[in-house]
This record gives sequence, C-alpha cells and structure tokens, in this order.
Amino acid sequence: MNTAVMPREHYLNVNYGITSWLLTTDHKRIALLYLASITLLFFVGGAAAVLMRLELLTPQGDLVQSETYNQLFTMHGVIMIFFFLIPSIPAVLGNFLVPLMLGARDLAFPRLNLLSWYIFILGALFTLTAVVTGGVDTGWTFYTPYSSTYANTHVILTALGIFITGFSSILTGLNFIVTIHTMRAPGLTWFRLPLFIWGLYATSLIMVLGTPVLAIAIVLVALERAFRIGIFDPALGGDPVLFQHLFWFYSHPAVYIMILPAMGVISELITCFARKRIFGYNFIAFSSVAIAVLGFFVWGHHMFVSSQSVYASMVFSFMSMLVAIPSAIKVFNWTATLYKGSIAYETPMLYVFGFLGLFTIGGLTGLFLATLAVDVHVHDTYFVIAHFHYIMVGGAIMGYLGGLHFWWPKITGRMYPEGWGKLAALVIFVGFNLTFFPQFVLGYLGMPRRYHFYPAEFQVLHVMSSAGASILGVGYIIPLVYFIWSLRYGAVAGPNPWGAKGLEWQTSAPPPTDNFTQTPTVTEEAYAYGSQEVHVG
Amino acid sequence: MLSDLPLFPQQASTGAMRVDALFMFLMAVSIFFAALIFFLVLYFAIKYRRRSEAEQPRPIRSDLRLEVLWTLIPLGLTMIMFVWGANLYFTMATPPADALEISVVGKQWMWKFQHPEGQREIDELHVPVGRPVKLTMASEDVIHSFFVPAFRVKMDVVPGRYTATWFEATKPGTFHLFCAQYCGTVHAGMGGRVIVMTPTAYEAWLSGGATGESPVAGGERLFQQLGCSTCHRSDGTGVGPALVGLFGQTVRLQSGETVLADEAYIRESVLNPTAKIVAGYQPLMPTFQGLISEEGLLQLIAYIRSLGGGKTGRQS
Repeated sequence: MNTAVMPREHYLNVNYGITSWLLTTDHKRIALLYLASITLLFFVGGAAAVLMRLELLTPQGDLVQSETYNQLFTMHGVIMIFFFLIPSIPAVLGNFLVPLMLGARDLAFPRLNLLSWYIFILGALFTLTAVVTGGVDTGWTFYTPYSSTYANTHVILTALGIFITGFSSILTGLNFIVTIHTMRAPGLTWFRLPLFIWGLYATSLIMVLGTPVLAIAIVLVALERAFRIGIFDPALGGDPVLFQHLFWFYSHPAVYIMILPAMGVISELITCFARKRIFGYNFIAFSSVAIAVLGFFVWGHHMFVSSQSVYASMVFSFMSMLVAIPSAIKVFNWTATLYKGSIAYETPMLYVFGFLGLFTIGGLTGLFLATLAVDVHVHDTYFVIAHFHYIMVGGAIMGYLGGLHFWWPKITGRMYPEGWGKLAALVIFVGFNLTFFPQFVLGYLGMPRRYHFYPAEFQVLHVMSSAGASILGVGYIIPLVYFIWSLRYGAVAGPNPWGAKGLEWQTSAPPPTDNFTQTPTVTEEAYAYGSQEVHVG
Repeated sequence: MLSDLPLFPQQASTGAMRVDALFMFLMAVSIFFAALIFFLVLYFAIKYRRRSEAEQPRPIRSDLRLEVLWTLIPLGLTMIMFVWGANLYFTMATPPADALEISVVGKQWMWKFQHPEGQREIDELHVPVGRPVKLTMASEDVIHSFFVPAFRVKMDVVPGRYTATWFEATKPGTFHLFCAQYCGTVHAGMGGRVIVMTPTAYEAWLSGGATGESPVAGGERLFQQLGCSTCHRSDGTGVGPALVGLFGQTVRLQSGETVLADEAYIRESVLNPTAKIVAGYQPLMPTFQGLISEEGLLQLIAYIRSLGGGKTGRQS
C-alpha cells in the first residue's frame, strides 16, 4: 500500500489567488499556465477537425458551405501547429522540467519566461479573434498570391497572431539555451544530461534561428495585402514561389520543433520502464543536433512540383534522405534499449510503444515524399496528410501524453488512475490508426487535400477515417477528465513513484518553489538504471 | 461494398508504371523495417517483461559496430531511393520533342485547354492514346495544380510564369483531373476529366464540332490587332527586332548578356518589354500588361514559334 504523504509546503500551495499565478515567475507555475492554455486551444482545434470529419462522411459537401469548410481546415492547422504542437512539450514539460533536470532553481530568465506566456496569449487572442469574427481560409500555409491578394478573409489578423506568438517561441528557446549552458548542477556535464535536455536544446536552436524567417514571411504577406507592395503577387511584379521558400524555411524545421522534444521524452520513459541505460547515448544526443542542422536544408522538398528548378529539387531530395538517417538511428537505439530490460507496461510506456510504431510508419512514409518522382504523385494528397499526422500526432502527441502521464505525479503530487490511463492509451492508438491509415490509401488513389467534396469512390475510406476520428476524440477526452479528477482524488504519489533516475525525481512532489532544498551534485551518467556495473580499472 | 473500395489507382500512362515500380520498392523497404521494429519491440516487450519489482537488469554497453551498421544500411537504401527517384523525375520533367502540344490556362475555378488545331475545351481534355502530350500551363489568378492521378502527373500552374508537364496515355478511358493546390472557395470543384481516345477516335473528335481558329492563326490575328506587326516587321526594317526564326535562338541583349528565346522570354518581353532589351534596339515598346489574356499570350507565342527557329522551349 502506498504510504506517501504530500509535502507540507510546495509550489502549488505556497500562495493562493489569481495574481499569485498571473504574476508568477516560477517556471513550474508558468508551465501550468501553458498547460491550461494549450489544452483549451487543443480542444478548439480538435473541434474543427471533428466538423471536417463529419463533413467528409458524405461526398457531396452537404454539412457546411465551402467557405466554412475552408475556414475549418485553416483553423485546425493554424491552432494545432502554432498554438498547440509547437508550444506543447517545450512550453509545458520543458518549462517544468528543464530547471529540475539541471538541478537549478529556475530558468535563467524567469521574468522573460512569464513574458513569453503573455506574448503567446496575446498572439492566440489575435488569431482567435480572426476566427470568431469570420475566419480565415488560406490554409495554415498562407500560399501567395491567394493569401496576399485573392482571399477576402481575416488574413492579416491571423498572420499577426502567428507573428506575435513567434516571439514567445524565440524567447523560450533563448531561455532554454542560456539555462542549459549556464545552470547545470555541479557534476552535470554535457554527456550526463538527460536526452530530453539534448532534444530541447536542439529544438531551441531551431526556434531561435527559424522563427524570425517565418515572421518576415508573414509580415511581407500582410504588407502586400495592406499596401499592395509587390513581393509575391506577379501582378505587382512579385514572385509567388518566393513565399514558399520563406515559409518552408521555417515551417519544415518547425516539424522538428514538434518531434525533437517528443523524442527526448521517449528516451526518458523507455529507460525508466525498461530499467535500462539508454543504448547509444551519444548517437541519440548527436542525432538530435544532426536533425536540427540538416532540417534547415530540406525545405525545398515541399516544392517539387512548384516550378522550382529540377536541380534544386534534386539537392533537396538528397538532403531529405540524409535527415531520415538520424531518426532511424534513434529508433534502432530505443529498440536496442529494450533488449534484456525489465519492461513494465505502465501508461507512459504504452505511449512509448505507440510512439515507436507510429513514428516508424510516419518516418518511413516520409521517404516516399522525399523521393522525387513518387512525391509528384502524392504531393498535396491525403498521403501527405496521413504522413504528417503520423509524425505530429502519432509522434509528437504520443510523446506529449506519455510525458504528461510520466511527470504528472511530479507536477501535481498525485497519481492519475492507471486503469483509465491504459484504456485511454489504447483507445487513442486504435482511433488514431483507423483515422489516418486509410488516408495513405486515399492519397495514393489521388484524393487531393483541402477538398470540401469529393468523387464518390473515395467515400468508404473517408467513412473509416471519420469513424476513427470519433474514437480518437473520445480517447483525448478520457485523460482530460481523469487528470482533472486526479487533482483532488488521485493517490498521493510520493517523490518518485516510478523509481526513476534523474534529478527531478530527487526532490519532493510537488517540488518546493525553489525546486531543491540544496543544490544536488551529479556523480553518474544519465539513466543509471539496473545493477551497477563492476568498474574495471 | 468492396467494389466501392478501390485500393490502388488506375495505371493509364507510361509514367504511371514507372512511378508505381519505385513506389513498390519503397513499400518493400518500409514494410521490412516497420515489421522489423514492430516484431523486435513486441518480442522484447514480452520476453523481457518485468517479472518482479526487484528485478535489476544488467546494463549493456553500446556497440559501435551496431551503430555503424544501422547508419550505413539505411543510408545505402535511401541513396537508392534518391537516385531512382531523381532519374525518373528528370525524365518526367523532359517532354519528348515530338509531343502533341496543348496549352492550359487555370483560373478560379476552371481549366481551359486549347489544342494545336484550335479546339478549345473547358474542364475536359481529350487526348490520343500512345502519343506524348506536352502541356504548357499558365494561371490567370492564383496557384493551381494540374493533377491526373491515373497518369501520376502533377504540376503547379503558377501565375506570372509558364510551367510544363507531359504524359503518354496508355489506354483509352476517362480519368479524374483535379486541382491539387488549394486555390480558394471552390477548390474542390476545380476538376474535370481527361478523356483518352484511340488515335482515330481522337482525329474524329478533332474534326467534329466547331473548330475555331488554331492557336497559330489566333496568334497571328492578335499580332496584327495589337499592332505588333508595325514595329516587328518580318523584313527587319521595323523599330523592333524581326521575330522570324527567333524561337529557340540565343538573343544578344543590350546589357551584353544573352538569353534563350523561349516561352518565358517572349512572355516577359510582351508584359515587361524593358526588362531585356535586344542589342541594337531602343526601349520603345509599351507594355501589353492588361491588354492580352493568358490564352492570347499562349497563342501569340504559338504564332511566333510558327515563324521558325524550330526548337521547343527550354523546360522551366
């Protein structure tokens, strides 16, 4: 029987009242501010997906108007990418864990951290205002000259929201980089760092270097729209394909902003639940950096049929093949970590299994899109939709949910209900596959994306996909309910319910405001699970 | 019910089979690696499940040979994918010289086609089986994308420039034509059919119905109507350069640079005449932006091309 008791004073009960939260500089409370905000936005973005899947049950386009449908997929993309996936693991789990994992009291710039959240909220308000007052219908990709000249929806307002939110990303990235460089506990060398920190470090580099380019691109769209400055519209002397270069220069690396932190989470979870040291620590660590660097040179693979030069396409195809290698290395090393482990099937580990399966499919289907002649056929079809949902939902959200379950006892001091946790993980896995696997088939058959109505022969596969989406929706609501329930009724967790290594488990749960009563000293490598090795010499 | 559930698209062009062969290779590699990972994870998860809470497995050292192995094997396989894909892509981007040339104009939300003999079609494209067809495409507004799944052919149609693609249909039939690039409200409705006919049926179709003037004749008419002929005299005595024998030739410019006289160059010279001034001539020509439609431009180019020079334009 669990005999753990809650600590008398911790970061959640140290003071009360709305201002103690809105003016907090405690990274743990800021993480919770983000958690609440992005959860809300996730369900708004999810609602748009539900309506789309309902519409696509029949080929005719009979539920909503085309204008509405186009706004729905735009809203779904904009909210899920810029306001959920990009902040998800970094701003929630990263914010909570970076100082704890480093043995620090807070991030390097606590007030800047709070400012990041306010900037995020301001950006979200702009974008939500655009949605509420009539929407935007350009797709999350804002391709010109449609967005800059032809669309008559709230492009500028939405773009402004994304522009503003970008600064939140940049500041968070900056904060992490400085913190990781300067605030590691004594003995915590770079190669003793948890791989989650390596993942976030690589992510932060992309945030700091990539986001400004997106900001420039969308400001130029807004300028062209507002003042008819000819940048992208050929009627004004501009080049519409230039926008695609600028947009994907950020937005492809943005995929790695979403997946690298999830990969970090997987390394933490798989070692704990297999009680094994990670296999190939250096290879996993450097593959994160390799992905971040190579990821900046593959953007043109979104443009193989855009009229970009054939030779440019070849270079981008080549680079895209290279960026697949570090991901493969990670998957092999995680699999090898399981070998001769002691594997437990707690909920977070179920998400790891889910991640390994879905990310593998997502990664392999990425090769189809990197292969020039095949991409010509599947580009802008449901094949692409299926592929990136396997990466972003199958990969990033599996990692996020696995991490949320894993660290929930540290964040709240209480356990979630394990049985419900396992059930939800299973429901999400089944619902996800039923939603997105048929979309691979649809895509190769030639079903284009962003179609409000479609030829009747695609209906059976669309119905399967919509059925899966309803299961997936239920799967996401179950954890929402039991997490809230657990805040009051969950069993008291104690400081380290999983028997996990890592500094964050050495302090009480929930941790005190200052994280550690005394600065910890690190004497061993990360993931020192299992029996101690006999040191020879 | 199952007859309503297609799992693989029709193969109706020479390119479709080549793309599918590569697709199958990718599938084989993917299924192998996915199965490998699934099997290993499942096997380890069961075999090494935690049997008691006290279990403390022994650490295992990383193995450099293993790391090198699972770096080099995927690298080798992706390089095969790259070379195979790039090779095929290059073929797909290079239309044969004897291709039947059809011009395509995309606009919100329809496709307009014109055959060399003059037939115009909207949202329907008739082509003969067994003969390469090259499409030269322009957009009147936003970016569209010409997509025929049965041919495995897709190419964006970009305002302000010409793009091209080609295919050779292998069997008669009717196939979907889609716009693959989101282009506004009725994007989903911007489609139609490609009707592949036997060569004789195609000839019959060409000669039936109202033919209208051919693109060359239309271009010649525009050439007179817009007053081009006043300056671009065929004997070279006009204030503008003669256009006879121009197409496909290299043109010397005032700036000392040279440029290939292809579709893109002629288009630019009509819409933005001062961008490239031919050596020995004055920048006197006014712009025809707004005075000529995308279709008119394509006809004008067809006419200039018919004046000799012969070679097809370079691929964009």
